[in-house]
Amino acid sequence: MSTIIYGIITSVILALYAVGFSLTYGISGLANFAHGALYILAGYISWNLMNYLGLPFLASAPLAVVACALVGFIIYWGLLLRVRGIPLSELVVTFAAGVAILELLTWRGFYGISYSLPVFVEGGVEIWGVAVDAQRLLVIAVGVALVVLLYLFVHYTKIGLAFRGMAQNERTALSVGIESDWIGALSLALGSALAGLAAVVVLPLGMMESSVGYEVLIYALAVAIVGGLESTPGMVVASFVIGFGQRITASYIGPKWMIIVPLAAIVLVLAVRPSGLFGKFKELEERV
Amino acid sequence: MQPPDVKIRRKRLDRGIKARTDSVFVIAAPGDIIYVLAPRVLPVVALLILPFFLSEYHQEVLVHASVVGLLALSWDLLACCGLFSLGQSLFFGVGAYMAGMMDYYLHLSIWIGLPLATLSGGAICSILLAPVVRLKGVYFAMVTLMLPLLFRKIIEASGLLGGTLGLSTRGSFPNEWVAVYLGIIVFLGVLFGLRKLIDSDYGLVLKAIRDDDRAVMSAGINIYARKVQALFVAGSIASFAGAFLTYRYEFVGFSVFAWDYAILPLAAAALGGPGTFAGAALGSMILVPLSEALRAMGGLRIASYCLVLMVSIIALPEGIFSFLERKYHQFESLVEVK
Amino acid sequence: MPGETLLKVRGLRKSFGGVIAVGNVGFELKQGDFLGIIGPNGAGKTTLVNMITGFVRPDGGKVYFKGKDITGSRPYDIANLGIARTFQMVRLFYHLPAYKNLIIPLCSKRISRIRGGRFGERDEVALDLLDDVGFERDSYVPYKQAGSLPHGYLKRLDLARALALRPEVLILDELFSGMSMAEVAGVLPLMEKLSDKGLTIIMIEHRLRELFKVAHRVMVLTFGQKIAEGPPDEVMQSDEVKKAYLGTDVELGESGRD
Repeated sequence: MSTIIYGIITSVILALYAVGFSLTYGISGLANFAHGALYILAGYISWNLMNYLGLPFLASAPLAVVACALVGFIIYWGLLLRVRGIPLSELVVTFAAGVAILELLTWRGFYGISYSLPVFVEGGVEIWGVAVDAQRLLVIAVGVALVVLLYLFVHYTKIGLAFRGMAQNERTALSVGIESDWIGALSLALGSALAGLAAVVVLPLGMMESSVGYEVLIYALAVAIVGGLESTPGMVVASFVIGFGQRITASYIGPKWMIIVPLAAIVLVLAVRPSGLFGKFKELEERV
Repeated sequence: MQPPDVKIRRKRLDRGIKARTDSVFVIAAPGDIIYVLAPRVLPVVALLILPFFLSEYHQEVLVHASVVGLLALSWDLLACCGLFSLGQSLFFGVGAYMAGMMDYYLHLSIWIGLPLATLSGGAICSILLAPVVRLKGVYFAMVTLMLPLLFRKIIEASGLLGGTLGLSTRGSFPNEWVAVYLGIIVFLGVLFGLRKLIDSDYGLVLKAIRDDDRAVMSAGINIYARKVQALFVAGSIASFAGAFLTYRYEFVGFSVFAWDYAILPLAAAALGGPGTFAGAALGSMILVPLSEALRAMGGLRIASYCLVLMVSIIALPEGIFSFLERKYHQFESLVEVK
Repeated sequence: MPGETLLKVRGLRKSFGGVIAVGNVGFELKQGDFLGIIGPNGAGKTTLVNMITGFVRPDGGKVYFKGKDITGSRPYDIANLGIARTFQMVRLFYHLPAYKNLIIPLCSKRISRIRGGRFGERDEVALDLLDDVGFERDSYVPYKQAGSLPHGYLKRLDLARALALRPEVLILDELFSGMSMAEVAGVLPLMEKLSDKGLTIIMIEHRLRELFKVAHRVMVLTFGQKIAEGPPDEVMQSDEVKKAYLGTDVELGESGRD
């Protein structure tokens, strides 16, 4: 029973890690390799706001999310805009920006147990005989709400439709008056904000150090690869596959083998269905 | 002083010999021979005699530069056929661990272990990544970025292959000079070999795959097979670098998957100018000594590589090498615009 | 040998997101045939070609080449069997000199089997091929960057690239679109010569006058359906064809697709 409940929790956390990454990719085709760095940056900002400015966590958390969005926006306008359209350069720039942020945080001494965020809600409940603290329930709620909201946003609002237009054909989108630079910057900002949101919700569960950023990036990428880029249902399913895989491995084989699961999932998926569980295998198609 | 209303522009003219060597291959005048040979021979000679004048520490730096150079060259080869790797440390680490295993578990001598680790490392990498070459380029970047991180975590967590302690190997090079010269000679050999390869018809096909894979397919060429071949060659080159360092330090640990070996080659190739190989080599010869000088910065080292990487991608997209090449082949003068 | 069935297409189907691009099209080609495929824009001609050459996986139906099922094979395998194609929007390597574009097909398995080409020899073969499609051999044109050549040359370069494979079936996807009258007049005799030599050709074309000069047989597609097949003059007499083709697409000359 506890495997199931904690499996769900782990899976939702993975989905939270991945949602920003896959949103940005889905909209503007940008693989934001700075995702993990932005995640941990949100934790860092919110911790500093609390400890140096004395803000309550409920105030510092949203501020951190906004700051993250801002950083994402700056990465786009300051760096990516200059190399937009050169896929190699885009990849390298987000990657380098991400590693630079993480290494700077490490250099500032941002590791160890002295850093942790408080939980939003105290206490816990018992579900079918398994004790679950309230924060974990909050994580699930936020995760579910986010996925639903995103689906509605992308499919039913004007700007969401503009996003989808961009994803399908940038040039056509340009010609009907959608400014691709703005949309690109917004997509990166939104993705970064989601990374920040995930951070302030998930980070209180554990300790906070810069190496977590790499872990988040690994999981976000693993989920994206297993589920197939550009696919929201794929992302959700992949989170659950990896999440439950990890929980089951931890319970029955041993916690130290948990990290093998994403690797095994990736290798399996690549061998059987390289484009991911839900990815469209468009490799050869030429539109008529 | 120029009067303010006179406009000046830069005039560029190809040097005569350059214009001729585009199609004519017979060069007789001694000046021309020197012009063609000097940029090729001088660096080679310099690299070969340099170790005699260096202290042991600086020799070490030179060897390290060659190793990073090999990684950068292997990155450049992959980039030539449209595979953008963000984790050269994957190939490097696989080679290093293969060498460690050859020695630690099988007790093979270095002269068997080194080539074997090189080839098996290349083979493992190409098998591992073969499914990915069928997908869009971003998948290759994603997978190469995460695999080294993941391998590192697995070795750390599970205690496989020596875990956090690493493997201490016994075999090593007979003496310093063999190691130094092996590193330099392989580096130079790979550099010129790849330049030759990319100019051949085979290289032409590789570059064509990057430009338009569909047109290459309709020309009856199995692009996936070609990409895997390139992957094998590049993987072997980087694996050699890893195996070489394992034997040199008589140790292999999960630090081989560290960022240094992923970002430094990338920064070197980007700084020197991708696609030319000489650029990647030049970049690593500049960056590695520089990073040794900056060793005092400690934790900021990697952040500074990232900075170099971003600046060269954004501000110097053509790279230092292409710039120097142009200067070498052209006259430049300022002329008045009439 | 002549008369042997080379390419057999049975009931090919493909739809893109609910729109039927090609529905149940089949035909047969004997060695030496010259088939023209015509039809209004969006009739599914290019999709049909893409399915035959492996670029689009059909939803249903079969393609046989020399009795062997090649449905869903990879494009390079099909090309290596001897089915070469040109593209409607030419796909070339623009930064390479024109003749170097032909090195790529000459590196394929099919050609290295025919001629043990060594480095250097391929350049010669490439120049010969360009000569065939009307590049002036002794001029500098074959050596110019492909990107700097005018459209008509690019089309012919694409043709030469297909011919470099020494195909048994040549599929031309709107080769003449965008070519000047003079250029078309220059290429037509080549088509006739290749056909006389026994090359099997499928030609998708909007320029009917030129097509009818060379094609032995014409197939008409509209909305993904085959509505007629037969000798050119016979097909154009059919009322159905007149309605479908001339009714919707009056311009018979240039086509401005994509």
